[in-house]
Formats: sequence, C-alpha cells, structure tokens
Amino acid sequence: MTRVARRHVPILTTFTLLIATFLAGSAAYTNFASVGVVRNLLVDNAFLAVAAVGATFVILSGAIDLSVGSVMACTSIGVAALIEHHAVHPLAAITIALAAGGLFGLVQGLIIELLRLPPFLVTLAGMFFARGAAFLIHPQSIGIKHPFVADVLNDQLSLVLPLGDRGISVPITVDVAIFAIAVAAVVLRSTRFGRSVYAVGDDENSALLMGLNIRAARLGVFAISGFYSALAGVVFTLYQQSGDPAACKGFELDAIAAVVIGGTLLRGGVGSVLGTGLGVLLLGLIQTIITFQGNLSSWWTRIVIGLLVLAFVALQGQIAKQDR
Amino acid sequence: MGSEKRFHPAIMTLAWPVAALALLVVFNLAFTPGFFGIELRDGRFFGTPIDVLNHAAKVAIVAIGMTLVIATGGVDLSVGAVVAISGAVAAMFVTRSQASFPLVILAALAAGGVAGLCNGFLVARLRLQPIVATLVLMVAGRGVAQLITDGLIITFEHRALSSLANTAFAFIPIPAWIALALATAVGLFTRRTAAGMFVEAVGDNDRACRYAGVNDRAIKLGVYAFCGVCAGLAGLVECSYIKAADANNAGLFLELDAILAVVIGGTSLSGGRFSLTGSLVGAILIQTLTKTMYMHDVSADVAPLPKAIAVLAVCTLQSPVVKDRIAGMFSRGSA
Repeated sequence: MTRVARRHVPILTTFTLLIATFLAGSAAYTNFASVGVVRNLLVDNAFLAVAAVGATFVILSGAIDLSVGSVMACTSIGVAALIEHHAVHPLAAITIALAAGGLFGLVQGLIIELLRLPPFLVTLAGMFFARGAAFLIHPQSIGIKHPFVADVLNDQLSLVLPLGDRGISVPITVDVAIFAIAVAAVVLRSTRFGRSVYAVGDDENSALLMGLNIRAARLGVFAISGFYSALAGVVFTLYQQSGDPAACKGFELDAIAAVVIGGTLLRGGVGSVLGTGLGVLLLGLIQTIITFQGNLSSWWTRIVIGLLVLAFVALQGQIAKQDR
Repeated sequence: MGSEKRFHPAIMTLAWPVAALALLVVFNLAFTPGFFGIELRDGRFFGTPIDVLNHAAKVAIVAIGMTLVIATGGVDLSVGAVVAISGAVAAMFVTRSQASFPLVILAALAAGGVAGLCNGFLVARLRLQPIVATLVLMVAGRGVAQLITDGLIITFEHRALSSLANTAFAFIPIPAWIALALATAVGLFTRRTAAGMFVEAVGDNDRACRYAGVNDRAIKLGVYAFCGVCAGLAGLVECSYIKAADANNAGLFLELDAILAVVIGGTSLSGGRFSLTGSLVGAILIQTLTKTMYMHDVSADVAPLPKAIAVLAVCTLQSPVVKDRIAGMFSRGSA
C-alpha cells in the first residue's frame, strides 16, 4: 500500500464500523432503522460534534486541550445567567459567550507559547479555572424561559422535513453543527492558516524552515478551540434550554475520542474534520445501541468509548510503525 | 547555576514552596480565627491543623507515586479514578465477603497496581503519550468503579478498616504516618540504590538510556504500576475516612492536587530531577490553601478556580523562560 492509502486506513475503518454498527443495530432491534433514530442521533450529538471540531484543530497541531467540557459548562451557565438574571437579549448573550470563549482559548495559547509550558498542564489548569468560574457565576442550574429562545431559536427556526406522518423537525442546533464542520473543513483545507496547522503538527522544524508562521498557527488553534467549545456550550444550552455549571464533566475525553476515532493522529499532522464528524456519529450510535439494549447500565458507554479509543490509538501506532 | 553555588540545589528548589507555606500560615494567623485551635479528645487531637495533615496525607501518598511518574517525563491523570476503584474494591470486600483485613488491603492495593500496570503498558509498550494513555482510565475508571459498586454508594461498618484513617498514633493521624513511611521508604530506595538515578535518566533522555543499556521500558512500567499502588493506598485511606465507597466523588480532582504538589515541590514536568521532600511540602501547602479557602467561605465548587491560578503562578515561576529571566537579573546584579 502507498503511504497516502495507509493514512486513510483509520477513517475508512471508522466509516466501515459506522455502517456495520448501524446495520447490526437495525438487525437486532425493531424500529432502529428509522428516520426518528437518525434525527435523534444528530440532535443528541450536535454539541459533541461542535466541540470535537475545535479539538480537531488542536490535535492536528500536535497539542491537546483539556478545558473543553468546563468551557462548555461555563458558557452554558453564563448565557443562562445573562438572559434570565441580567435581561440581556439571547443573541447578545450568545455573542458575548462566543467572544469570551475565543478569548479564553487565546489566553491559554498565549500562556503556553510565551512561557513554553506543556499544553496539557495549562489547559488542565484552564479546565479547573473554567469549572470554578462556572460555579462562581451561578451555583445551580438555571432554566431559560425567555420567549426568543423557546419560540424563535428552538421552534420557528427548526427545519421541518416532509418525512414520516407528521414530518421530522430538525432543530437549529443541527444546522449549527453542520455549518461548524463545513467552515472548519474549508479553513483547514484551503487557507494558509489551515495548511500551517497541518505543517506544525507534522514537523514543527520543517514548518519553521518553510517560513510558515508557526506561532500564529499554535496560538490560533487554541483560540479556535476556545471559540468552538463556547459554541458547543451554546448548542448544549439550546438543547437543554437551561444552563448548568456542573454540565459536561469529562466531556473533553468524548471530544478527543471522537477526533481519534475519526482518524486524526494524536501526534498531529494527519486527519480531517470530516473524519471527526464520522467519529461523533459512531460514538452516538454506540450510545443509542446501549439505550436500545435497555439492560446495560449507562457507564458501559464510558468503558466502550475508552476501549474504542485504545483500539484506534493502537491502530495508529501500527500505521506509524510501518511508515518508519 | 553560578549564583546558586552558595546553597545546595535541593535547598533552592525547596525555598519557594516553604516560603509560600510560611506566607499562608502568617495569613491565617492574622485573618483566620480558630485556624490553629487544637484540642485533645479521646486520646487524639482535633482541630484544623490536624485536619490539614489528615487530608494532605492523602494528596501526599498519591503525589509520591506521581513524582516518580513525572520524573520519567510522564504524567498520570487517572489517579482520581483509581482511588475510586480501590475504594470500591475495599468496600465490596468488607461488605460482601468474610475476607480478613490484610486481604482487603492487599486486594485494594492490587486493584490500584493493575490499573497502574495498564497505564504503564500503554505508555511503555504502545508508546502512547502519557496524557492520552492515562486520560482513558481517568474516564473509563469511574465507569469501572461504578460497575464494581453497582452504581451505589457502599457504606460499611468495619472496625479495622474505618480505624485506618480515623485513629491517631502519638497524636498524629495514621494517614500522615503512612505518607511519611511511604516517602521514607521510596526515598531510601531511590537514593540509596541506583533506582532513582535510572528514573531521572529516563526522564532526561530515554533514548540515551536505552543505548546505555538501561531498560527504560521496564522503568516506565514500574513507575506507573507503583503510582497505581499509591493511588490504591490513597483510595483505602479515603474510603476508610468516610466509611463508604463513592464511585462518583472519591478522589475527584485529586489528579490536579497531586500534580500541583509535585510541581510546587520543584520536580520539573519535563522529567529528570525529582524531589520527594518537595512533593510532601507541596501536598501540605495545597491542603492548607484548600482549608484556608473553605474557612473563608469559598465553596468547594468554586475552589478549583483559585487553585488553578495557584498552579499557573507556580508553573510560571518555574517555567524555563521566567527562570532564565530571574537568573539573568541575578547574574547582572552580582557582576
């Protein structure tokens, strides 16, 4: 096999697994292969998709961001508090949250870059910082009753597809997730910044010698990850119609898992957001099957995800070994 | 290096954390009434300092294992989850079986050791990045603990097990003695044999080690397994303290405390030279900080925020960039 083909082995494996899992589910359970299940798969995993896209940037550059889940919780409670307690219009609140998320990521990137500290340490501190900040904003969850959120964002803007008896309504959160993946794919594929992210992740010294702005790439990925985490938090808030400071604990592993299962190499340089999208769907499908099975406890999901990540990382290790 | 000649380097690395601890103690003397109140009841001391010592012991036990892992250039994020697993195993053994007390201890430690071996295998054999390898167990581990306890909080009435963390010897709580004994044993083992040098060498440059004939993989496997055993021990102490196993909350955020203790103690995150004494001081410093925050009405949920700032402040002081700056300032001043 050529080198290029080997690089595609993980993403092809993911695709095959996704199809196989869906077929297996359809064979094992009645009502599994239905539009409703697919719709729920998309709706329930929209925020994971957004968060995982942000994580893809960071991992492609060869770094890691552990603050994802906490930033989501902080955004979620922040948006809810702004809307309900400070009478800020939802659109303004969301804008503020997205800006804050991007800024938070940028600051993490700056600390990593300027002080040359390991990314995992800085973002681990960021994880605890954002979690503490979330509880500082408001210690309990806040339900959002603002009419704009309930009626406009979560109802009128939903897309109703003429499927089934009464049509299938797809909420705006799914559109946001698909749009987020599309934008990220274009940025990574066709912009100077996107190409430098790959270059930095593949070999930082070569990237430097090629005259690429590696500092901008390394800072940018953290700003983007912060922004996407905040966006994921917003999607999560719309999905739950409430803000919760305790939400999304350990969600960074789910995001990283989706990225890895989607075929992105953990050492950076190889991968795609499209693969990440497939990875998210596979994780969601596993969750659906465990729900359909009914008698398996929910923590089996965590264990299966852990094992799946291990399998993919081992697969990547084998491919890397053959490359050398 | 030139400016440090007057002092032994080990004393220089300890200077920062000890100064910070002193500062915290002075702050509490001035602003926290009742912080130093100790009373004698039923043959053991009660009071905030004893409390700090008791909880710091748990962090210290984990930090000792973590020190060795970090010295090899790795990190173990799974210790909190391993604490939950070991607590769950101990609780199940005392409630569901007639096993003798030593057997219970052995089972809990073995559970930690197996978890550590898994981490070690992933890092040493499959050559995964330590963060990723241990992140898997950090999340899956709590699932495993839930499976063991069936999702319940297991409470127990077991005299021997609950006395482990709730009694004192010579007025000092038993966990503190355990931490001290463990630190002494590990200190002797690493400093009186070549083991410590091997660990530091692997952290400095594992490839050079391999060429020099040191089995770097075995050493990595060993330190992760040992770190797992330490986490298992901490899990025993924790479940003994609250007389229950709580798969969701046992050892929560302990990984940050342990890493923080090690980093404050002067062990570099990039591996190489390590200081066990530093980690002990670091553990006491963190617990004093946590207790101070609680006594000033900072809720346990918000507490991670100031702690995160403390981590960053310490890491900033120890980052190569700032160290060079400070060293530059001193050399210019003396020249």
